[in-house]
Amino acid sequence: MSDAFPQTASAPLLQVSGLGKSFGGLRALDSIDLTIFPGEVVGLVGDNGAGKSTLVRCIAGVYVPDEGEIRVDGMPLGPHGPKRAAELGIEVVHQDLALVMHGDVAQNLYLNREIHSRLPLLRQIGWLDKAAMRAGAREILAQVGMGGLVSVRQRVRDLSGGQRQSIAIGRAVGWSRKIVFLDEPTAALGVRQTKHVLDLIGRLRDRGIVVVLISHNMEQVLTTCDRVVVLRLGRKVADEPISNLDGPTLVSYITGVRQSEP
Amino acid sequence: MTVRNLIAVGGRPSTTAPTLSPGGVNDRRSFRWTDLTVYIGFVLVFAFFALTTADKGFLTVQNATSIVTAVTPIALMAFGAVFVLTAGEIDLSIGSVVALSALVTALGLRHFGLVGGVVCGLAIGVGTGLLNGLLIVGLRVPSFLITLGTMQLFSGIAQMSTQLQDVPILNPTYNTLFGSGMVGPVSDAVVWLLAGFVVAQIAYRNLAFGWRVMATGSDRRSARALGINTRRVRVAVMLISSLTAALAGMIYAGEVQGAVYTLGSNDLLTVLAGVVIGGTSLFGGTGSIFGALLGAILMAMIVNGLVLMGATVQQQIVVQGIIIVVAVAVSQRQPAE
Repeated sequence: MSDAFPQTASAPLLQVSGLGKSFGGLRALDSIDLTIFPGEVVGLVGDNGAGKSTLVRCIAGVYVPDEGEIRVDGMPLGPHGPKRAAELGIEVVHQDLALVMHGDVAQNLYLNREIHSRLPLLRQIGWLDKAAMRAGAREILAQVGMGGLVSVRQRVRDLSGGQRQSIAIGRAVGWSRKIVFLDEPTAALGVRQTKHVLDLIGRLRDRGIVVVLISHNMEQVLTTCDRVVVLRLGRKVADEPISNLDGPTLVSYITGVRQSEP
Repeated sequence: MTVRNLIAVGGRPSTTAPTLSPGGVNDRRSFRWTDLTVYIGFVLVFAFFALTTADKGFLTVQNATSIVTAVTPIALMAFGAVFVLTAGEIDLSIGSVVALSALVTALGLRHFGLVGGVVCGLAIGVGTGLLNGLLIVGLRVPSFLITLGTMQLFSGIAQMSTQLQDVPILNPTYNTLFGSGMVGPVSDAVVWLLAGFVVAQIAYRNLAFGWRVMATGSDRRSARALGINTRRVRVAVMLISSLTAALAGMIYAGEVQGAVYTLGSNDLLTVLAGVVIGGTSLFGGTGSIFGALLGAILMAMIVNGLVLMGATVQQQIVVQGIIIVVAVAVSQRQPAE
């Protein structure tokens, strides 16, 4: 993994400054600053309740932060919801996957982003080009290492948990242009599928796409990411390149034994 | 989360090794025998009546014609019900919409002529459908409860509209267009049936709309997370259902050349039985337009065969009930808990 992340090479892709969010009396996020550059793979770790999900939901436009600002490629996200976030190139694979169980693989990959027929009249009434979507779905399956393992016409409800996870990741990476958040992406996966997902993260980096990996698996974070951001009780307690970190150090940040940023 | 969990090293053990089927993956949907319920039922019922009532004319072209004519309004409503059920909703008011649209069409024909009458009938479909749909999403009350109420409401309005009197339809063009005309040896209702089937099949299988209906009924939260406007979808399916019921009412009216408030009063269960036997889930997410067509024909064939056998109306109801229970038990069985 590269030690010198390109901090000076280009403009930041994601810039979060002074972000704060409270739920009732609970301070879920407290003045979070975060800058991510193109091509970085960033680990986001922290104990349960540290604010990881809240931060991701703010960046994905699901929550509107109380304070602070989020910019993607210099463009402010503003309080415009998930659709705006998607337009700016942010994709999130949530832990609950948001799959449609009765739909087949191709449908799940293309729902609400359908390819329509090229014939103008048919296009007007929403006629689908199913062949094109099945072909595209096969390509996406190959990208997530499931080429030849599941059919694009299989129903998602008939797939295993790991296969479902891969479909959800495929949906995000098949469309992402800039930033993909993966929330515990390998939690339900077997060894082989886990390796595919980690390889996939590398390929996304090569395409200049930012991957933010949220994981409880420290070994995975240390071998996959360029940099790790640690949250604890709503505050950022560490933001270090992998070269400065090892497993015990990371755990001491997470548990509050050590702090690098007051 | 404990410290021990946090420093767990290495990938998790494989619990779900990827499986490669021997012949590789073929692009087929997973197959279940219960998907064949309607076909097997169709063949069994047909064979039974062919053997027992052949001498009474079950196998004649004339009898086939009368089955097809009887099935048209049921099948049209069944197509609408496939959309409603696939979206995870139900519409109990279709039988009342049939009576209301038939009566209002008949009155419209009397006062405003052909075009006015047809517009009146369709307006009933649009109005009742929008009312159902907007009440469901607006009040956030299940469609079962809303349409239980509107079923009574529409039926009451239908009965009040003519003080229970029937309204003859004396417009020959209307009657010819809606069920009393002939196309070759069969009623022109067949044209409505085929047109309805083609439109429904395309909308269900080939248009983005069909995918959205499926997603809404399968996992509404996921569908919303994907940006699908599930409220609009749910209003749309209620509208489609009411429109098919209104059209069914207009075809009944054209067939009998008049309207009466009892039209459609027994249709709800027949339609739902046909649709469910045809493989559409009552719990949303899956359905089949072709299955609904076969299911509707199956229901009409049962009534027709029983009539030929000389069964009383009461006996017909008993047999229908038994067949519905058997078919539903086969096609809609839930996995063991």
